[in-house]
Amino acid sequence: MSVVTRNQLLPGVFLTSVHTKKFKSSTLSMTLLTPLRAETATVNALIPHLLRRGSAAHPDMQSLATALDQLYGGSIEPAVRKRGETQCVGFVGSFLDDAYTLDNSTVLDRAAALMGELLLRPYTVEGIFCPDYTRQEKANLTDRIRAEINDKRQYAVSRLVEEMCAGEPFGVGRMGREADVEKITPQMAWERYQALLAHSRLELYYCGSAEPDMVCRILENALRGLPRQGGYTVSETLVAAQASSVRQVSENLDVAQGKLTMGFRTGGITAASPQYPALVLCNALFGGTTTAKLFLNVREKLSLCYYASSSIDRYKGVMLVSSGVEFADKQRAENEILAQLDACRRGEFEAWEIDGARRYTVSSLLTILDSQSRQEDWWMSQAVAGLAYSPQDLARSVEAASVEAAVETAKALSLDTVYFLKGKEG
Amino acid sequence: MEEKRYERVGETFFHTVLENGLHIYVAPKPGFQKSYAFFATNYGGMDMRFQLDGKWWDTPAGVAHFLEHKTFDTEDGNALQDLAANGASPNAFTSTSMTGYYFESTEKFEENLKILLSFVSIPYYTQESVDKEQGIIGQEIRMGDDEPDTQVFYGMLEGLYAHNPIQVNIAGTVESIAQITADTLNLCHRAFYDPGNMVLCVAGDVDPEQIAAIARQVLPSQGHLPVERDHGEAEAPEAHKSKWVKTMAVSTPIFQLGFKDTPPQRGEDWLRWELTGNLASEVLLGTSSPLYARLYSEGLINESFGYGCEAYPGAAFLCAGGESRDPEAVREAVLTEAVRICREGVDESLFQQLKKAAYGYMVRNLNSFENICVSQSMAHFNGYEYLTFPQCFETIAKADVEACIRRAVTSEKAALAVVQPKEEKQ
Repeated sequence: MSVVTRNQLLPGVFLTSVHTKKFKSSTLSMTLLTPLRAETATVNALIPHLLRRGSAAHPDMQSLATALDQLYGGSIEPAVRKRGETQCVGFVGSFLDDAYTLDNSTVLDRAAALMGELLLRPYTVEGIFCPDYTRQEKANLTDRIRAEINDKRQYAVSRLVEEMCAGEPFGVGRMGREADVEKITPQMAWERYQALLAHSRLELYYCGSAEPDMVCRILENALRGLPRQGGYTVSETLVAAQASSVRQVSENLDVAQGKLTMGFRTGGITAASPQYPALVLCNALFGGTTTAKLFLNVREKLSLCYYASSSIDRYKGVMLVSSGVEFADKQRAENEILAQLDACRRGEFEAWEIDGARRYTVSSLLTILDSQSRQEDWWMSQAVAGLAYSPQDLARSVEAASVEAAVETAKALSLDTVYFLKGKEG
Repeated sequence: MEEKRYERVGETFFHTVLENGLHIYVAPKPGFQKSYAFFATNYGGMDMRFQLDGKWWDTPAGVAHFLEHKTFDTEDGNALQDLAANGASPNAFTSTSMTGYYFESTEKFEENLKILLSFVSIPYYTQESVDKEQGIIGQEIRMGDDEPDTQVFYGMLEGLYAHNPIQVNIAGTVESIAQITADTLNLCHRAFYDPGNMVLCVAGDVDPEQIAAIARQVLPSQGHLPVERDHGEAEAPEAHKSKWVKTMAVSTPIFQLGFKDTPPQRGEDWLRWELTGNLASEVLLGTSSPLYARLYSEGLINESFGYGCEAYPGAAFLCAGGESRDPEAVREAVLTEAVRICREGVDESLFQQLKKAAYGYMVRNLNSFENICVSQSMAHFNGYEYLTFPQCFETIAKADVEACIRRAVTSEKAALAVVQPKEEKQ
């Protein structure tokens, strides 16, 4: 039904193109890959938002909004992602497929041109970023970083990662640090932007009904003038195989419900490892689904929490457990989570648990093909890690992974850090 | 089954009504991996008082939502696990006026559909399981207490409405759910989980006739008419109170600004109201509007700003909200802009541009099976067909949108809810 092709368009510029007619929209993204470092993360995170404020031809938000409205309400959103220890900054867009326009006009060529214009020809004042836009977007970035605290569940996970990987680039948040926002000047952001354009790998992605050859031509046109001055390498992510000892961290915040998060090292297993499909199965058995041990025991059987689940960061080799519990139940919940992990290590699974975990995982991988945004994220992330397997490929490997292999990956997990967010009175 | 083609958007619905009163809609989606089924009852958080067996019943806040949790229990265990064991991702939600159960799966679709129809239609509530659920839902309510977006939205509804039950938290309170017994659940199941009050929507690469055959086989052959409910006296046209404030641990003030409108009639009037309300929001404060650009550049709103309109039995409103350092100033600016629009009229080219954008956005949303099924279910309960939106949309004129703004966006009809940051003591 759909065909995936990968081409190099320019030095350090790659296009992954998914040709399919099953959607009513097309997805287009342009992403610059740069090493995740504390010194540059904050300014890098600012740049796509700054670029999204205006281009030379569309200098303000209203003229940009008008241009997008004319493209049948297309969207171009700044994207700041963290994949392993690479920071990925750019734009993701979604547009009406050419087949559904009311006046038979084409959208894709104009959409790509607009995205290219935003990336390459920003609105400038005296040759650098507009000071007003910079000031406003700095304030927005500060708000965005602070807003993480509003989502307590996500906040507890972010804090866990920060504590657990304090000495590693991975400990840097995808948006950088609030304290670094203030130091940014239009000049400094401009220089960083020039360096990103000239030396970063640029990953392009398209999914829709247009023929791959035409997509190449359209994107080559859209990127005319992109400076290319060498570099383009994507940095390796540092993978710590084992935790040395367990760290306990707790913080007080004015919350009604405690958030308990636990970080494990996977014994060096990442998406590039042959054992990875077994680890995916292990995660599904342990805490990745509603048939998993964490859900059935910690939530359903003991009513200790409203949610308890585990997830893998597939490029860094860590597993994170996240749950919401009453303050007083923290230790009981932590013990129970570890007891369930031990059960996994002993291979104590019923047949239906294994079947459920496998079916759920395979199904969630295959449905990536039904979503343009999930496919975009999959291929962009794979490109960062230098991996070429598709969701179907991984689904087949999970299908073939044995329970014994999953048990081995459970044995490889070592607890690194426990982070607990509790209330003021606690 | 009757086939209805909606050429403009390239969609088809097969429709039939069973002898028991159940309406079935099937949207064929060739080429997709997954299929999606949505089984919904016209029963939500607001339906607390109703007539059954010739008697009026008053039930505690939160029953519809409690029932949703407990409906997954079956005599043999839990349907969530049965579906998950088949690789399906099941879930459910309760909204103000609807409760929906759904799953998507890439295999064994018909078997999964049987499970879905069976567990939802066969009540199995024990006092023991009700008691246990009070702990889990208690935690969910506590979690909601920490969510500023949830709090501020209910705050706005409390501002707009004096007594309409849409302002009551769907999950109820720890106190209200303590009053729920197995008898309460059985009563509400009998009243609302009847085929005559329900709808089944399916999207996927499936055989429509087979769907209807399964529904006939699993569900009771007889149904009753929807029960009568009481949502209280008609509300006054003005907002009940203009301001609602609460203090929470947030970084910036979070607000919701609501404008009370006249509730639409069932049928096409409902669809028309929703389309008009959305366009009115776009014209007044949407991302392409002059007001949005001004508020954004003054730092009064940021990208968290969102807006829309909602209609329920006896209640309809436009709303907008997000983070702002000065919500009062946003409110004043919106009211001033409404006065300007009423005086000068909406710019014709802006109106046409916004219509084009809204159309493209609605067509792109047809990629989502969930959106198609949930929207058609809501449309069915409110008396219209979802996929007629392109035709209805075409007939909406600038004057309709101006009339909507003139009618609803006034200071008497406005309610502002604000969650204020707490002063942190270090």
